Amino acid sequence: MIAFVRRNSWVIGLFVLFAALLVFTKIIQPSYGASDFGSLVRAVLPYAFAVAAQAIVVIAGGIDLSVASMMAVTSVTAAVLMNGASEEFALVVIPLVLLLGFCLGAVNGILIVVTRVPDIVVTLAMLFVFQGLALLILASPGGGAALWLKAMMVGTIAIPGVPDWITVWIPNALVILIVAVALVWTPLKRSRLGLSIYAIGSNELAAFRSGVPVARTKILAYALAGLFAAMGGITLTMSTGIGAPIPGPYLLASVAAVVLGGVVLGGGRGGLIGPIVAVVVLRLLRADLTLLSVDPNATAIIEGTIMVVVVMLGAFLAMRAASK
Amino acid sequence: MTIAASAPAPVSFGRRLKRFMSDNPLIPLLLLLVILVVALHFLRPGIINARWVASTLQFAIPLALLAGCQTMTMLTGGIDMSVGTVASVSAFVLGSQAALVDPSLAILLALAPAVLVGLVNGIGVGIFRVHPLIMTLGTGLIAFGGLQVYQRTVIATGFEVPGWLEWLGTGLTFGLPNSLFAFIPIAALIIFTLRYTGFGRLLYAIGDNEKAARLSGVQYWKTILALYLSSSLLAGFAGFIYLGLIKTASLTLVDPQLLPAVAAAVIGGTSIFGGRGGYVGTIVGALILRVITTMLTLMQIPEGARLIIFGAIVLFVTAAYLRIIEDR
Repeated sequence: MIAFVRRNSWVIGLFVLFAALLVFTKIIQPSYGASDFGSLVRAVLPYAFAVAAQAIVVIAGGIDLSVASMMAVTSVTAAVLMNGASEEFALVVIPLVLLLGFCLGAVNGILIVVTRVPDIVVTLAMLFVFQGLALLILASPGGGAALWLKAMMVGTIAIPGVPDWITVWIPNALVILIVAVALVWTPLKRSRLGLSIYAIGSNELAAFRSGVPVARTKILAYALAGLFAAMGGITLTMSTGIGAPIPGPYLLASVAAVVLGGVVLGGGRGGLIGPIVAVVVLRLLRADLTLLSVDPNATAIIEGTIMVVVVMLGAFLAMRAASK
Repeated sequence: MTIAASAPAPVSFGRRLKRFMSDNPLIPLLLLLVILVVALHFLRPGIINARWVASTLQFAIPLALLAGCQTMTMLTGGIDMSVGTVASVSAFVLGSQAALVDPSLAILLALAPAVLVGLVNGIGVGIFRVHPLIMTLGTGLIAFGGLQVYQRTVIATGFEVPGWLEWLGTGLTFGLPNSLFAFIPIAALIIFTLRYTGFGRLLYAIGDNEKAARLSGVQYWKTILALYLSSSLLAGFAGFIYLGLIKTASLTLVDPQLLPAVAAAVIGGTSIFGGRGGYVGTIVGALILRVITTMLTLMQIPEGARLIIFGAIVLFVTAAYLRIIEDR
């Protein structure tokens, strides 16, 4: 138990912070209820998937600047394919778009492995390429989404045998997030591939000498990031009902939340839970600032300051621990 | 006994060419620039004239200045993602204060946020050892928030681009842009600093092997602090020139130039892991990017395809360049 707490202290700290913020929110806004929580989770969803995508790549020792652009590509593809099509056709579209995201990510990975150009440069170049691709698919916001997909985003889940007052606090969006992340991440983390991802992030040369297929692992890590980005893109289309070819502010948010979530830039440490909780905390904080009627223009200052201070604190603690 | 054994095997021409290129990494870059200009000439005969050269230089200069920030920070293995916002802040503050106070005070006021951001970046990276990418993203966000708040307080006072700045940004002297005359001494200073001064050598040393540099007595945090401070100041100055060129009041005036600036430094042969590169390559890289942009605009293809080609070229040039200058 103690070992578990110690090992996951950062993530537990984030959960405590989240709970404290929820209590704080309830105090400043006594009417804050289940529906507000639901809309918070809906707003968080694309961010959470962007963060998950970034986290996998960072754990593998890389960085992906093209996350937001991949989301734009997959979002417009889903919106264009579903536009005017039958409701059932969406069942085909979703796996297709997920596959597309996987392939886009794999292209990133293959280019990095083949050209041997640093990750940050390759994904920077691909940021432009994907942005252009999204504009070619859809020149201006438009398209459509199946009704049942849009309906899936709102409302809460009904679990038989669980009283209503609990289920109102479990919005569908939260279920989507947990199921999607768990489906990919849980088996991955226990598999050989997951171990390899941590290994190449922690020390690529040592991993190579221990027989880890570095190139294949790296490509798969980027492909999985593409898969998560595609999930983010689909949720964007689901919640707005259209596709927008201009990438949203997800790159900055994903890098920030990954670091706040305890994943070390440079790789090899951390998980997906921490970064996702971190991004929820950041969004809730933003909602709180609005509730406190803080000048919305000052929100960026506060967010940036928190990010910088937390990261400085983390670095400072790591330094103290290292010098001991 | 044969004498053939003592004679060195003849080195193939390709091998020698490659070695020559890797000894002079600027040559392939300049070749690429010339090829691009020639291609542009065939694409649209008659476009290459004095006016085209001047306008290409005008747009390349702010880009090259921002890429200078990236070059210097990348040499130490860092990166400065706050320069786009810093340049926008400086430009906006200058434009809004120019109507109120006299020019020298306005410049000082406009550079103050740049100094502040540079100091915070330097303290975070140098003393707290935060990853430069995350540190500069954070300070960029703070600076942007600060600018938004600032904008609300001055919106009534108006915005004007001072005449001298317009002269600097868009004016021509003897057919050459005025900004070139401001740029040459700055570029010379950067090149001189990087190549011949102790500070420049320290940057290379830190980027090459930080631990060895520290063990040899490099005062890491002082060097890093000075580095990010100068990077921010340079960005502020780039913002001035860009404002003189574009003449628009915008909170995100220079932000779209950030990623191209990183690309220019990378194309110019500066390693993102530090220890290798220089500013001359970066300047050529910025020129190459500008020529490519003109080319893509001239071809009248949709914006999406233009972005795709731009990204592909950046990647291709970097990969090819790495192949040339590195013996693998």
